[in-house]
Amino acid sequence: MKILVCVSQVPDTTTKITFTPDNKSLNTAGVQFIINPYDELGITKALELNEQTGGGTVTVITVGGADTEPNIRKALAMGADDAVRIDAEPTDAFFVAQQIANYASSQNFDIIFTGRESIDYNGGQVGGMVAELLNIPHVNVITAITVNGNTGTVERDIDGGREVVEVTTPFLVSAQKDLCEPRIPNMRGIMTARTKPLQVIAANGADKRTEVAQFQAPAPKAGVKFIDPTNMDELVSLLHNEAKVL
Amino acid sequence: MSVLVFAENSEGRFKKAAFEGVAFASAIAGGTVTAVVLGSMDAANAAELGKYGASKVLHYSDASFNSMDAGVFAQVISDAASKVGAQWVIVSNTYTGKAVAPRVAVRLNAAFAPGIIALPEGNTVKRSVFSNKGFADFSLNQSVKVVSLTPNSYSFTEGSGTAEVESCSFSPSGNRVSVKEVKKAAGKVPLTEAEVVVSGGRGLKGPENWHLIENLADTLNAATACSKPVSDVHWRPHSEHVGQTGITIKPNLYIACGISGAIQHLAGVSSSKVIVAINTDKEAPFFKAADYGVVGDVFDVLPRLNDAIKAFKNS
Ligand SMILES: Cc1cc2nc3c(=O)[nH]c(=O)nc-3n(C[C@H](O)[C@H](O)[C@H](O)COP(=O)(O)OP(=O)(O)OC[C@H]3O[C@@H](n4cnc5c(N)ncnc54)[C@H](O)[C@@H]3O)c2cc1C
Ligand SMILES: Nc1ncnc2c1ncn2[C@@H]1O[C@H](COP(=O)(O)O)[C@@H](O)[C@H]1O
Repeated sequence: MKILVCVSQVPDTTTKITFTPDNKSLNTAGVQFIINPYDELGITKALELNEQTGGGTVTVITVGGADTEPNIRKALAMGADDAVRIDAEPTDAFFVAQQIANYASSQNFDIIFTGRESIDYNGGQVGGMVAELLNIPHVNVITAITVNGNTGTVERDIDGGREVVEVTTPFLVSAQKDLCEPRIPNMRGIMTARTKPLQVIAANGADKRTEVAQFQAPAPKAGVKFIDPTNMDELVSLLHNEAKVL
Repeated sequence: MSVLVFAENSEGRFKKAAFEGVAFASAIAGGTVTAVVLGSMDAANAAELGKYGASKVLHYSDASFNSMDAGVFAQVISDAASKVGAQWVIVSNTYTGKAVAPRVAVRLNAAFAPGIIALPEGNTVKRSVFSNKGFADFSLNQSVKVVSLTPNSYSFTEGSGTAEVESCSFSPSGNRVSVKEVKKAAGKVPLTEAEVVVSGGRGLKGPENWHLIENLADTLNAATACSKPVSDVHWRPHSEHVGQTGITIKPNLYIACGISGAIQHLAGVSSSKVIVAINTDKEAPFFKAADYGVVGDVFDVLPRLNDAIKAFKNS
């Protein structure tokens, strides 16, 4: 199968988040950027699907500046065949989705993977938008997928449980934890990644439908109040009278 | 102002998030709103949305809408939005809403903000970003705006009134997703909507001790949750895992039992209104994020807390 995997890069999960003095952007000094964990699952599953059927290609696509290339090379080292970088700052989800849909519309992919959400802006927007722009079905938050011919059987999370659905290609799915264990690049992968094709394409259009007016750090906590472990009546009374949550 | 809200139901019954969404929409509209209901439901039940500010319910009752297909739902909702000339479209930030809302936004050429946590101010909406390590105000620069509301973000009360229910039909186009099997955990309070959540970590030592968590949750009518390692080793189902790589929740009360409070765990729970942490280690990082702390052994403290809450409820 011909599979496209959308990959974004995000601050490492242990990053302490601070903003620039004007509160307009993330303070990136000292921040290490990694492949969005859900996108690693998408790459891995795409590779597994093709290994099972014994053919096909896996292309990764990123909308981002040249600073994303180390992570794109990592995706290639994991085993993707080639990569596309749309050269633009990914500041608005619709803009990103448009770039990906533009590229995908001429390529006849059978399956497109995105992550459930990127762990920076936590939007979960791009997948659904790409699917709508391409007018194809999409299944969100998937935890398993098998493909037989042109039919995908997909397990997804729903509110209060899980569901198995069927969908025919072309379709888009968004990876959720449990889909697979992310593949770790081996030495050979890292070596071959250097010479795999990475195409850089200029962005198209500049339709920014949303923008950040300002960021805010969370309000600091007042500090914990310790309660004697043998006096749970006091805790209950505080939760009732002071916190008003009981 | 015309505001449309998608009021989700599960097997013909509204979710609490649906009432919250309608009340929220009504506050934006400064009056009454139109609600969309998809799938089988008694008309009398649909009219209940009037209690939260809906004047009209567009009910697309075709049984094919009983299961969720994001592409199809988006067609119906955006068609309804165009019909009523909606400037704002409100959905809940549930799994269903997350799948549907981005597609609705594309269809309506709208600006979209997922997971907002407060009423908009003009064109600006607030949401949490970087896994609760920050907030951002986004300005929405299109005439139509689609937002999904994080459950438990807007407090509302039940009023009176019934909505007029109009029976509608719609034939979606395109390839569909068909549901083959549903595996629901029956009768439990859904985690994302729960007002109180009792959560366990590795400090519980093993799945055989989870009755301590469940008993307390029963007493509080709470949902249960767990840390990532607990679901990784299958002590608890993955659907209960909260945190950066799990579910993000925002209950009124989060009780963390035997959980260290790693940054990735806090990412999913730190916007809870009140946090209680119970841990044997007084240096546990959770105590920096908690409002109330108990330095003690969950095996002693949980039964005692359960008794104290029962006594309080009976008094
Ligand atoms: C990329 C990434 C993503 C992650 N995402 C998540 C996520 O989404 N959610 C998540 O939860 N974690 C996540 N983690 C893991 C996280 O870093 C922690 O390892 C995890 O949260 C620890 O779980 P725990 O607190 O249950 O276990 P532990 O760290 O082992 O802590 C157990 C705690 O229980 C206490 N304890 C022990 N016995 C008792 C007792 N009898 N009574 C009371 N207290 C007791 C101990 O003092 C300790 O504080 C992620 C990690 C990474 C690297
Ligand atoms: N800049 C980007 N380039 C490529 N794919 C992206 C980009 N941003 C988001 N995505 C994809 O969309 C998914 C959801 O991201 P988001 O909508 O930002 O939460 C991610 O997991 C990626 O698969």
